[in-house]
Amino acid sequence: MPKVVISGSACERFTHGKTELQVTATTFRRLVRELDEKFPGLGKQVEEGMAIAIDGEIFQDAYGASFGEDSEVVLIPKIGGG
Amino acid sequence: MNYVDSKLKVVGTRPVRPDGVEKVTGRAQFGADMRVAGMIWGKVLRSPHAHARILSIDTSKAEKLPGVKAVVTSKDFPHIANEEAFVGEGPMNFRDLSRNCLAWDKALYEGHAVAAVAATSQSICDEALRLIDVKYEVLPHVIDVEDAMQPDAPVLHDDLFTSGVKPAPDKPSNIAKKLTFQKGDIEAGFKQADVVVEGYYTTKPVHQGYIEPHACVCSYNADGQVNIWSSSQGHFMVRAYCAKLLGIDISNIRATALEIGGGFGGKTLVYLEPVAIALSKKAGRPVKMQMTREEVFRASGPTSGSTISVKFGAKKDGTIVAAQQVLKYQAGAFPGSPIGPGCMCGFAMYDIPNIDVVGYDVVSNRPKVAAYRAPGAPMSSFAVESALDDLARKLGKDPIELREQNGAHDGTKTHYGPTHQNIGFLATLKAAKQHPHYKSALKPGQGRGVACGFWFNIGGESSAGCHIAEDGTVVATSGNPDIGGSRASIGMMVAEVLGVPAEKVRTIIPDTSSIGFSFLTGGSRVTFATGMAATQAAERTVEELKKRAAMIWEISPEAVEWKDGKAYPAGSNAGAFEPLDLAALAMKAGRTGGPIGAEVSINAQGAGPGFGCHICDVEVDHETGGVKILRYTAVQDVGRAIHPSYVEGQVQGGAAQGIGWALNEEYIYDANGKMDNAGFLDYRCPVASDLPMIEAVLVEVPNPRHPFGARGVGEVPIVPPMAAVGNAIRDATGLRLTDLPMSPPHVRAALDAAAPKMAAE
Repeated sequence: MPKVVISGSACERFTHGKTELQVTATTFRRLVRELDEKFPGLGKQVEEGMAIAIDGEIFQDAYGASFGEDSEVVLIPKIGGG
Repeated sequence: MNYVDSKLKVVGTRPVRPDGVEKVTGRAQFGADMRVAGMIWGKVLRSPHAHARILSIDTSKAEKLPGVKAVVTSKDFPHIANEEAFVGEGPMNFRDLSRNCLAWDKALYEGHAVAAVAATSQSICDEALRLIDVKYEVLPHVIDVEDAMQPDAPVLHDDLFTSGVKPAPDKPSNIAKKLTFQKGDIEAGFKQADVVVEGYYTTKPVHQGYIEPHACVCSYNADGQVNIWSSSQGHFMVRAYCAKLLGIDISNIRATALEIGGGFGGKTLVYLEPVAIALSKKAGRPVKMQMTREEVFRASGPTSGSTISVKFGAKKDGTIVAAQQVLKYQAGAFPGSPIGPGCMCGFAMYDIPNIDVVGYDVVSNRPKVAAYRAPGAPMSSFAVESALDDLARKLGKDPIELREQNGAHDGTKTHYGPTHQNIGFLATLKAAKQHPHYKSALKPGQGRGVACGFWFNIGGESSAGCHIAEDGTVVATSGNPDIGGSRASIGMMVAEVLGVPAEKVRTIIPDTSSIGFSFLTGGSRVTFATGMAATQAAERTVEELKKRAAMIWEISPEAVEWKDGKAYPAGSNAGAFEPLDLAALAMKAGRTGGPIGAEVSINAQGAGPGFGCHICDVEVDHETGGVKILRYTAVQDVGRAIHPSYVEGQVQGGAAQGIGWALNEEYIYDANGKMDNAGFLDYRCPVASDLPMIEAVLVEVPNPRHPFGARGVGEVPIVPPMAAVGNAIRDATGLRLTDLPMSPPHVRAALDAAAPKMAAE
């Protein structure tokens, strides 16, 4: 099962401090739903406030972003710019 | 298709800039140039107090003044719930955005808008503003970030409770959020260290300093349709924010992007447009509003002031084993400083096993901050890169070699989680070290500093088009206002794909009703993301052109080859036909299926991060404390420079702004929380005579996720200058200055304070 790391502390209030989660999801969309099922409210937080970095590449607002068992999957705060 | 390894004819060249003639002849239409029939003027009444409860607003006298057509206050705006959404350059709370456009129950900073009028002349507006009677209860205020965090500080918002702390607080405070990022074991890391350096740094809030003040014309028509003409970093952003704040269907708003005289992140919000629409709705006339320079300073978003403590631990051989940072950023009147990227950027350039970063987002009685080039990163890197310089000195190492030894590379895991891939930091450092500037000799009394910078860069939703005109010339369309040359870069990418000269492609920015949605122009994303959409549109157009040629020749489209702007039979088996160019195919477009072109809307991913390394030489006048920049070189990995002149301009501009941040720029407040220097005479941006020619050195490590290898360019160059200048001053004087700006009074004071110690040595 893929391992998802939640970067920073923005989601700890949903996960009771857990920052590493094993999931069955293999797409960002499925991940959002799975996280929300496990930790109500987290899915919305992740969908609206986080980007997903898969093997170092950052995807923002991309339901279709996919990952596998061996992928490095990190949820990080969304990035803007000036 | 990927063109990174292709021999390119247009990309990488320097055609004449397409917006140049209109701008140098003064004909380009900026926000303040816009006029429409029947237009009247709007102006804003602003709070004279840094923090005050609004007891009442009596507009009756103003409404009776002849020539006044409308007066609005926040009561004319729908009530919006307190809910955060990520729709712009950072988390956006539309309740706060509404309260920032027109104050609700409290004025939260000097200059906060409390009411607005529309009248037939600007002088009548001024008179009407004087007739509005606002009763205030003045409250204690707080400006400084550390002061605002104290338990007894005046609290701005009764409903603001710090998130990210345990246990959850039961009292409101000015600390909106605490963030933490950790990697490895920080305590174990410092135990391994032979050498430790640490420092405490402060930065003042600075403004983006765009030369063009905010301006707009808005028309609320009798049928409920709205037109907006404004200068912004995203006309789709303006449309969406106005719709949300005023409860209007997005489809009923048509926003047109005018030329923009600089934004740098500061025009990723709305200030005037919603107010102008509300005034226009009441007045039944189009309303024009424009800020004065003073209003720009007092009421539009600067970036955060900050305090940052930083600590490094290293082995004797220079290997950094631990790094720690605590960052406190002013958000201004509402939560939402760039503390997140501040926490993430400082150490992102280095391969360090143990990292601990804590950040705080803090409100105070100042204008709500807006994005400013690489939001949050410059302050963080000022502290990190200054401390690294101290570490290099303590270890007796060359500062670039220390960075090379610990520099991030492909496979380096960052402290915020992802592992870097396809990055050019080491190539950038190598180019800096080999540059003649770095090897040149300094004269006595001069000093040299080096510092680096990082920014993620982003992609996002973008729309672009490619249309073949009836004569075979090409119109490219972009959903993004052009701030830094994107019309040129997009046109060049389209020209490259079509195989025609850049001059044959004219790029325009359609209004929001004439092209698909595009996220705003920010985050150095347009040449990357909208350029990707434009490239795909051009590729689809080429496919269509091949089909049309195939129809004319009565052969299969697969038997047609596109080369140098013409369709050719792909080999002798395809038949012997004269090539068809764009003009020939356009002339027969009606007979072969209709107009030829394509529009593509995408959500671009794969933006490659950018890295820079700056070298700065200074001379310090010990009499005045003045710092003269003698030579400045900015090296940056840009992926692939589509139009190198624009890219160099971005690098030079960012460096110049960073030097201003380093040496002079700051908001100065009096004891009542009022800004004392709201004008360019007293708020000292660097001018041409203050700076040498900044040499931009472009390193090209292509981004494999962009068809031409482009990376974002505009954010990175503002990150290194503050530390580069500070490190140069350290080299010249022996003094480590930890507070920005390093302006003459501050430098002179530091020299005076150090004089007895230096004399004793």
